[in-house]
Amino acid sequence: MTYTLNFAAVWRSFDLLLQGLALSLGLAVVAILAGCVIGLITAFGLVSKSVLLRKPAGLYVTIIRNTPILVLVLFSYFALPELGVRLGKIESFVMTLAIYSGAYLAEVFRGGLIAVPAGQREAGLAIGLTEMQIRTSIIIPLMLRNVLPSLGSTLISLFKDTSLAAAIAVPELTFEARKINVETFRVIETWIVASCLYVATCSLLAALMRAVERRLAVPR
Amino acid sequence: MDFSFVDQIWVARVPLLKGLGVSISISLLSIVVGTVLGVFVGLALTYGYRPVQWLVRGYTDFIRGTPVLVLVLASYYVLSTIGIDLGPFQAGVLALAVFCSSHVGELVRGALQSIPKGQTEAAKAIGLTFPQTFVYVLGPQALRQALPAWVNTAAEMVKASTLLSIIGVGELLLRTQEVISRTFMSLEFYFFAGFLYFVINYGIERFGRYVERRTAVPS
Repeated sequence: MTYTLNFAAVWRSFDLLLQGLALSLGLAVVAILAGCVIGLITAFGLVSKSVLLRKPAGLYVTIIRNTPILVLVLFSYFALPELGVRLGKIESFVMTLAIYSGAYLAEVFRGGLIAVPAGQREAGLAIGLTEMQIRTSIIIPLMLRNVLPSLGSTLISLFKDTSLAAAIAVPELTFEARKINVETFRVIETWIVASCLYVATCSLLAALMRAVERRLAVPR
Repeated sequence: MDFSFVDQIWVARVPLLKGLGVSISISLLSIVVGTVLGVFVGLALTYGYRPVQWLVRGYTDFIRGTPVLVLVLASYYVLSTIGIDLGPFQAGVLALAVFCSSHVGELVRGALQSIPKGQTEAAKAIGLTFPQTFVYVLGPQALRQALPAWVNTAAEMVKASTLLSIIGVGELLLRTQEVISRTFMSLEFYFFAGFLYFVINYGIERFGRYVERRTAVPS
């Protein structure tokens, strides 16, 4: 079987793919920022001494981490309207990804929080900082430095999860690639280009995270 | 006719159970094939000649940089375009196995590299050949190291099996969607499917923790 690769049709719709990629990145950025906030709050819940905070946080993390994200995406877009929560495609997806990423980031942050030596908190108390000040100006910065490597890989895998938005017809990269497929029948070419765009973006993100890691490395 | 949820589950029991069976077979097949492939990937990444290492590194980086959904779609559409007619099930399982192999590959590499050099040197000192060193010294230690993470990968594969619904494989999620399009009970049935997946994955997670405890090096 001979098949000649012909990228012309894909290049003609390349700007569609780029628009899709831009939307993918946009979805990822908003969802991850929201996810970081959820994750941070949940992580403090997970390491809290109070059972009332620890149990619900643990339950949230366990449920979300053990449910396929596609089920969550479909659930929030198709089933939530029955409860009166009517969201657009993009809002619904960003919300789902934020809640989903929150659970993963909570675990990442929890690991980082545990690794911050107790002496840091005690030192903060000794110089008269409030509990909140200790968290925002001592513990969180130290924790972030601890978790950078696993934070990086979580962010990359969350960026890849934006492809699931295609399942509810959000016009991100995967969706656009499918559309071009249907219109041009240049199936192989489209998927090569789309995959390369994903791989390139992921490598860029990885390089960025490595650069941040180097900048923030603990001087020895 | 009664439209209560429990009755509807009973009405839809056959397709839902079949879907669950398909989901489980997708997961098992992709884990088995992916693990076998992944062990070779990991070995090549650790002990391969330089060019082999670069080739395999390129493979894993490409696979890990691509979303699973894109792998699934690409595998299904590309294979049928070039005349390899696999059908959605086989194409989907192939994509998941490839995805699994890149993860297992990294896992195996990490495990092998974490074994102290002294172990290999000690094996050399008592005159073991490299295959013997691997089978008796490195392999068992790497297995202990990699097993808990491998169980997590298994849970990951169960979750990824839902993606095959998008290319029309009749697994649990697709069957659920079909039942919903008949009954309009989207809230209940998505919840039900999510619950089933949760039970399976939670079971695997607990099993993973058990394995982790059992294989932990006593300190």
